[in-house]
Amino acid sequence: MAIPRYKLRKYIVSNALAWIIGIIWLIPFIGVLMASIRPYEEIVSGWWHLHPFTITLKNYINAFNHPMFPISQGLKNSLIIAIPSTIVPLIVAALAAYAFARYSFPIRHYLFAFIVFLMALPQQMTVVPLYFLLRNLHMLNTFRGLITVHSAWGLAWIIFFMRNYFSMLPTDVEEAARIDGATDFQIFYKIVLPMALPGLISAAILQFTWVWSDFFLALVFLQNPEKYVATQRLPLLRGQYFVDWGILTAASIMVMVVPLLVYALFQKYYISGMIGWSTEK
Amino acid sequence: MRRPKSLTPLFFLLPALVLMIPFVIYPVFKTIYLSFFLDGKFVGLENYKEVLLSPDIVNLDRFPTKSPPWGALIHNIVWIAIHLPATVFLGLGIALLLRREEVKGSSIVKSIIFLGMVIPMIVGGLIIRFLFEEGAGVIPAIFKLLGIERLAITWTAYPETALFAAILGSIWIWTGFSMLMYSAGLASIPKDYYEAALIDGANKFQIFKNVTWPLLKPITVVVVAMTLLWDLKIFDVVYVATGGGPGGASMVLALKMWDYFARALNYNYAAVVAVLLTALTLIPALWLIRRRE
Repeated sequence: MAIPRYKLRKYIVSNALAWIIGIIWLIPFIGVLMASIRPYEEIVSGWWHLHPFTITLKNYINAFNHPMFPISQGLKNSLIIAIPSTIVPLIVAALAAYAFARYSFPIRHYLFAFIVFLMALPQQMTVVPLYFLLRNLHMLNTFRGLITVHSAWGLAWIIFFMRNYFSMLPTDVEEAARIDGATDFQIFYKIVLPMALPGLISAAILQFTWVWSDFFLALVFLQNPEKYVATQRLPLLRGQYFVDWGILTAASIMVMVVPLLVYALFQKYYISGMIGWSTEK
Repeated sequence: MRRPKSLTPLFFLLPALVLMIPFVIYPVFKTIYLSFFLDGKFVGLENYKEVLLSPDIVNLDRFPTKSPPWGALIHNIVWIAIHLPATVFLGLGIALLLRREEVKGSSIVKSIIFLGMVIPMIVGGLIIRFLFEEGAGVIPAIFKLLGIERLAITWTAYPETALFAAILGSIWIWTGFSMLMYSAGLASIPKDYYEAALIDGANKFQIFKNVTWPLLKPITVVVVAMTLLWDLKIFDVVYVATGGGPGGASMVLALKMWDYFARALNYNYAAVVAVLLTALTLIPALWLIRRRE
């Protein structure tokens, strides 16, 4: 076997560089994992000291059943909020996106440009009036209040994303169905939606993980500690006299495992959603 | 494109309008309205003057000669000045490296780097705090090993280092985005372009400069615009990593807005900061829209 020397050198350099970068990016996660499965005394002067090495689930149990801000309740609340906050905007945005993709109507162009503008908007721009609006509607501190805000907020990007997706679909099946006498809504419901399923899955996955990961809107609209979502509880778990990294890292893992699982199970949809959402016009 | 005889498109749009008008569009205009009032009285641009001249927003007595706090607006600008080039070039470099045929397991490395984009930002911020903590964290330990005692400290606890801990950590979080976008962009460049360039006798650098980089330009536009938007809106990371402190040394605009809203209970100043933040996000947003038309 005669591998040219320069090729061997290139092989080693590229692989070493790639894997060093990979390890640098992984180290923070290794640290979190190590701190979460070991007692506080072992990691307080650095989790990389491996003697002694005691494995314990105590941190996870303590975070899960925390006396003030149990993560268990937070995970439950996050789920109660994230599921409807995914389904509602997905349906509503798919309808609107179809109108933008298939019909011409007055001010269509301006309306769509306005929706693109809303995508770039910081959430800070809406929360002060929303706070008072929800208070007047008796929806402050309620799950349905936060679900409504998340649903409305998610619409802009899902409309943008689904309009792009619908625009790529061929229209001849729709035309054929129309000749056969199908109504506009039947065409949308029975033909377009099934064809757009991969796009809908991508949108659902991204919306779900973004709502799950949201911190700011929950911070503004949920002020009752029992109603706090998982991300909201995380910063509150530090110990009283010192920062208890064991409990914080264990809780972090429990909070991030949900989006990580979604990513692992639906990687293809996640990535295509991520790329499609930000590049296609 | 169908020209409807009826109100069909309105029927499709109606649910979206019902949700967006009260819960997104009305609050945007109401925030602008609130920014011109104080205690229920119209004050014109007085609030803007007050906020913009406050050392919490721009502090030219300290910037750039002294250590932070420099004011939230300057912190966001410093953030962009470091984070934008770092993530764009790191992402591009990593995408180019991992595309090489000889790299084994490149998809695993890619997934690892992308993890920062998948986890909630609040977790990302907590990990940054952990990384920069003296004793428990890796980074002070490395500086201690190198004998640089000045940086072997809890970075988030000192005004000189808090902002930079958050910025450096956010590079770790966000590089996965630009890497993913550039990887997709590189994969879409046809192979024969490179073959043609090789036949013409171009060297590697020339190929990159004249073939790869120009063809990646639409991707670069998106990456730069999205990164600018992310840097301007940064909130969770700072909230949990430093809380904007110590003494405002790592305060950013989005967190300052929260500060006025939830701590000072000054809704009008909160509205002013929100409007300023939105005005800044319009720059990359409009640039992105125009570049794509």
